[in-house]
Amino acid sequence: MIRFVDVHKSYRVDGRDIPALQPFSLDVSDGEVFGIIGLSGAGKSTLIRLINLLERPSGGSIFVDDTEMTALAEPALRAQRRKIGMIFQHFNLLASQTVADNVAFPLRLAGERDAGVIRARVDELLARVGLTAHADKYPSQLSGGQKQRVGIARALANRPSILLCDEATSALDPQTTASVLELLAEINRELKLTIVLITHEMDVVRRIGDRVAVLDAGVIVERGAVADVFLHPRHPTTRRFVNEALPEEAASELAPFAQVPGRILRLSFRGDTTLTPALGRVARETGIDFNILAGRIDRIKDLPYGQLTLAMQGEHVDAALVALRQAGIEIEELHR
Amino acid sequence: MNLLQTLFPNIDDWSELGRACVDTLLMLGGSLLLTVLIGLPLGVLLYLTGSGQLRPMPKFHAVTSLLVNILRSVPFIILMIVLMPVTYFLVGTKLGIRGAIPPLVIGAAPFFARLVETALREVQQGVIEASQAMGASLWQIVRHVLLPEARGGIFAGITVTAIALVGYTAMGGAIGSGGLGDLAYRYGYLSYKSDYMVVTVALLVVLVQLLQMLGDRIVTRYKQR
Repeated sequence: MIRFVDVHKSYRVDGRDIPALQPFSLDVSDGEVFGIIGLSGAGKSTLIRLINLLERPSGGSIFVDDTEMTALAEPALRAQRRKIGMIFQHFNLLASQTVADNVAFPLRLAGERDAGVIRARVDELLARVGLTAHADKYPSQLSGGQKQRVGIARALANRPSILLCDEATSALDPQTTASVLELLAEINRELKLTIVLITHEMDVVRRIGDRVAVLDAGVIVERGAVADVFLHPRHPTTRRFVNEALPEEAASELAPFAQVPGRILRLSFRGDTTLTPALGRVARETGIDFNILAGRIDRIKDLPYGQLTLAMQGEHVDAALVALRQAGIEIEELHR
Repeated sequence: MNLLQTLFPNIDDWSELGRACVDTLLMLGGSLLLTVLIGLPLGVLLYLTGSGQLRPMPKFHAVTSLLVNILRSVPFIILMIVLMPVTYFLVGTKLGIRGAIPPLVIGAAPFFARLVETALREVQQGVIEASQAMGASLWQIVRHVLLPEARGGIFAGITVTAIALVGYTAMGGAIGSGGLGDLAYRYGYLSYKSDYMVVTVALLVVLVQLLQMLGDRIVTRYKQR
């Protein structure tokens, strides 16, 4: 459990206070994957660093598992930091150490001296991230994805309850990103690890996030379950992120719907409704006609969803909408 | 032997040259060791107290920095003369190898400290941040992150310092510290025995070459990683 209470942060630059984060409160529950999305400069990397106090807040308190981080003295803070793993955009591995020594590093920092214990734990971690064969290589001999896997193994070494991901996939190509996200999702599932990740890509949040907060110029402008925010973005910044994740959807919003006959609707299906033939059934029963203008079916984390943009015609469109809503389909009217 | 006599007619005691070589090497070894022992912590201190670093202490940093710059800006031959009372106080003599080492160290340590500071600045901030996030203490960061990550640069600094020290030891010869510089100055310059000059210069060139090659070899070994 991570809890921010009335936290704000500003930086002192040339004698003036430049606000980085406006006062906010936020809770992250145990075991969830919490995404913080924002453009560069929005304050997300400051926000994530407040959790392990790499950045100190200008005001407010931060709790991690009921420990008030902001009240800890230096040695206690260091001990607490060992329970919070962190991975980075640029991996930040020790170039002078082998993969195995990088993973062993946090164990040694925590005072573990038994070489056998260290060896066993390192082997276990490298097996988890699939790098057993690379234990004796140096980071410069690895690909970006492999380096991030070393980073993940290192972050997990002291069995943390929380993993912070600072733009962990931003320096990786799409395929590698997918495999690293899969690994993170697996760790979240199997180790019940709470994950807080910051990113500028909605797709990262869609794939593994449970909840999301959207950060815009130091303000959390929107927050909620990923499916809600993703399917029904309210704030313009959120819409922009969602549209980046769904380019075809963005294009359909710009299409000249006025020339399409009928009412333009966007239907969102979630979970089980995605798998039922509701649309066909309702069309048959009410005698309406529909024309699909755009759409996609995908997953938000483990939740299947579909989103269709339709032009609907017929006498009983209103009745059809009622029936569709009853079937659990969410409907937005884009143009009448 | 005949060939040597023909080439270098004035050198009649080669064992004196040998002793001078040993003296130079002893001065170099002793002063390099002490320079590293003093300059390394000093460089770490300069780095840590710099603005935006792990323990920023602007005033302390400014004063230390100024002292380092003053010691670096005094030409070594003058530093040696100025330091004579200090040298006498420290080692009980102003002459010979023992007399040479204090000024050599005082001249070279600030120089080496600057090189260490520069090498440490090359260490990625992200790596330091990562170790802080892992709960590393300041000492652990210095010992396990900064020094190992910067060791390529630090060894390059040791090489440059060692070569500078070769030059300093030769200068020291002029005021009675012995070694190859002393031979070159007394026989080669004051007594016009230019063959002494040729031989000592050649030996110094070989020494510098060897140091550079050794240094480069160590540095490349670490840079590959």
